[in-house]
Amino acid sequence: MALLEVKNLGISFGGLRAVDNLNMSIEKGALVGLIGPNGAGKTTAFNLLTGVYMPTDGSILLDGVNLVGKKPAQICQAGVARTFQNIRLFSQMSVLDNVKAALHNEVRYSLFGSIVHTPGYRKKEREMDERAEKILNVFGLDIYKDFLASNLPYGKQRKLEIARALATDPKLLLLDEPAAGMNPNETAELMETIELIREKFGVTILLIEHDMKLVSGICEYLYVLNFGTELAHGKPEDVLNNPQVITAYLGE
Amino acid sequence: MKKNRKLIINGVLAVAVYVLVMVLVNTGMLTRQLMSLIIPCCTYTMLAVSLSLVVGFLGELSLGHAAFLSIGAYAGALVLKLELPIWIGLPAALLVGGAAAGILGVIIGMPVLRLRGDYLAIVTLGFGEIIKSVFNAMTPITGGAKGLSQIPLVTTYRNFTPVYILTVLTILVVAHLVNSRHGRAVCAIRDNYIAAEAVGIPVSRYKILAFVVAAVLAGMAGVVYAGNIGILKPTNFDYNTSIEILVMVVLGGMGNIGGTVAAALILRILPELLRNVSNYRMLIYAIALIAMMLFNNSSFKRTLVEKRNLRQAEKIQKEG
Amino acid sequence: MSLINSIFEQLLNGLRTGSIYALIALGYTMVYGIAKMINFAHGDIIMVGAYSLYVFTVLLGLHPVIAVILTIVVCSVLGIVIEKVAYKPLRNAPSLAVLITAIGMSYLLQNVALLIFKATPIPFASIISVPSLRLGSVTISGITIVTLVVTTISMIALTSFINNTKTGRAMRAVSEDKGAAELMGINVNKTISITFAIGSGLAAVAGILFICQYQSLQPTLGALPGIKAFVAAVLGGIGSIPGAMLGGIILGIIESLSKAYISTQLSDAIVFSTLVIVLLARPSGLLGKMKIEKV
Repeated sequence: MALLEVKNLGISFGGLRAVDNLNMSIEKGALVGLIGPNGAGKTTAFNLLTGVYMPTDGSILLDGVNLVGKKPAQICQAGVARTFQNIRLFSQMSVLDNVKAALHNEVRYSLFGSIVHTPGYRKKEREMDERAEKILNVFGLDIYKDFLASNLPYGKQRKLEIARALATDPKLLLLDEPAAGMNPNETAELMETIELIREKFGVTILLIEHDMKLVSGICEYLYVLNFGTELAHGKPEDVLNNPQVITAYLGE
Repeated sequence: MKKNRKLIINGVLAVAVYVLVMVLVNTGMLTRQLMSLIIPCCTYTMLAVSLSLVVGFLGELSLGHAAFLSIGAYAGALVLKLELPIWIGLPAALLVGGAAAGILGVIIGMPVLRLRGDYLAIVTLGFGEIIKSVFNAMTPITGGAKGLSQIPLVTTYRNFTPVYILTVLTILVVAHLVNSRHGRAVCAIRDNYIAAEAVGIPVSRYKILAFVVAAVLAGMAGVVYAGNIGILKPTNFDYNTSIEILVMVVLGGMGNIGGTVAAALILRILPELLRNVSNYRMLIYAIALIAMMLFNNSSFKRTLVEKRNLRQAEKIQKEG
Repeated sequence: MSLINSIFEQLLNGLRTGSIYALIALGYTMVYGIAKMINFAHGDIIMVGAYSLYVFTVLLGLHPVIAVILTIVVCSVLGIVIEKVAYKPLRNAPSLAVLITAIGMSYLLQNVALLIFKATPIPFASIISVPSLRLGSVTISGITIVTLVVTTISMIALTSFINNTKTGRAMRAVSEDKGAAELMGINVNKTISITFAIGSGLAAVAGILFICQYQSLQPTLGALPGIKAFVAAVLGGIGSIPGAMLGGIILGIIESLSKAYISTQLSDAIVFSTLVIVLLARPSGLLGKMKIEKV
């Protein structure tokens, strides 16, 4: 069975059908792209998957567990992590603390431990530090660990957001336009990073992207959205040559 | 290593302050005026540090902190009035006062924390006024507008030691809390609640947590307040009191515990030292508040921060 | 019969205080709409208005009409100055910083008044001398009539100003999207100044009506009506002009009825509880627009 099974997913805002009858099936370990013109409903689909919006209809199964109706925090604990189109870091916290905040459910100790700073607290904090630094290391961010997140340059902020998402130990990682605002060199570096984290963390990735070089370069499978509904899906070379898809992007 | 050194410095500082106050009190070097300031300094430190948990770390503006002070004070005063021996009476009063404030914190927090920003601020203000009116109307228990009087004076400067311990404990609780898994969750909510949810932090739960811990600590401060002043009137706990506490948090540099303590002490002691300008006290508060905010957001401050960042970056480049 | 009379009288009282709240609430709501900030010092503009009227009529002995006009001018100018000095530098700052600055400004005004006029209340004789009106067995006092007439005229004037003039259109545009308005050639700074001037002018009118009713001057006189008017603005949906009017009148009536029939001591608690309940049911007030953060 696939890791993520989305069936007939849809949401209405008043009369507007932002996503309609979306079906997706993503195998474990896959790297899948979700593409489509602006306003097609891609980010809305992410918001449905992560519980930011409640779907009006349809079902979402992750490893056979229903995600519909769960809150964002519960969905994260179920194994879905994400990044945001407009970067959302904990800007007044250090780079290290950004990742440690995401280890919230991974390394646990009691409120009593927090208030008294018991030996148990110290042990768990050390474990947290080690895990956080290990993740930062993968992204080359460990030297910046004491920086305020808001002081990082843009490209590194994007990386930190991915690092933070990975800290929650997800089964499925959703990346919302990871290459937005990057120049070709940075994009190329990002592609390497994405390949690397798939290897290192064994995580399944679904990404939204407009950069077709990135999409065709690393995605193994594509879903195309247009006006909230699925236009096509399949291997990148087939989908990107599909006349309907070309029309959707470029017009008649 | 760095952490340990900080710990030792803070410990030495805490002991030094204690010794200093004890010496000053026992040698009679202080005037009556200054003696009467010792306990208010402690209560306001507790209040300001507890409020900084909500304003500085959770990032929500609460304009009703006096409500928790008042319920702690009234509940604690009622226990103190049982005239138990002090070693049982005071802890019992603190427990009851803290618990009463904590319960009120949950009752207020549940609905209030569903709101955000400006709306949350105004509703906390509303709740503060509601609590004040309720105390005013509950004459049989609280004495109404005339006040609840003849509270045993168990927390005056003659009993400095337990009050001081409580103050230090309050600071420790908040300082420890913010430097932990729970505190990081609270700060993450402040910085970006959507991202906090997305990394698995149950936002409502941690908002309530911060709110209730702050309430409990403020309630305990209320007990100390009651045992020092001897009489409680609802007008002691109006909007102005909440603002005064808020000013301490803001001037201390929101989210900076040491700064908050310093601000609380300065704002309590300074007006007494400058008695001839005491008319200007609130005026100075007002100007300081505005100036602080303008400075914090000025281009001058931004340049300073950028310079510091640059130094940090250079340091890293040298090391790496 | 007498109960109906008494209820009717209480409703009239409520309408009178409520319309003063509504006038003040308009200032809060307009400023919120355009500058996205709660101008906490707005309540104290009422106080400045009341003291100015006192200075112009009693100390300088000016004709009431001239004094009223000067009072409105003083408050409007003060509104503009406050915005320029304290709020404008913070336009891109977090809302917490702006709110705290506004609280500081409120304290500043109160304490300056305290230093100049001292804390002892100053008695003030009403400048309104309109005879009361008898409707059957109900008497409507002159001040009530004047208050209702003045408020109604102000509201109609404000609504048509915002809907029908170029400046009004600019104000609506700026409140929708500051950046876009600027790109369309609207002078944002000027528009914000005008908004503060109008809001403060309305507060001056409210202050005059208020002081003619209560006839006693104190530096803190603006705080309570200010907070209640703010509650009214939030109740009606902050940012919405009809909301401020509706909220003000509802609040005035609730306050007057609960003072008369429930408990004077608890009337404030009832007023604030109303706000809490409304906000929990409708987080953006009765007529406010829901704001959803885009993810």
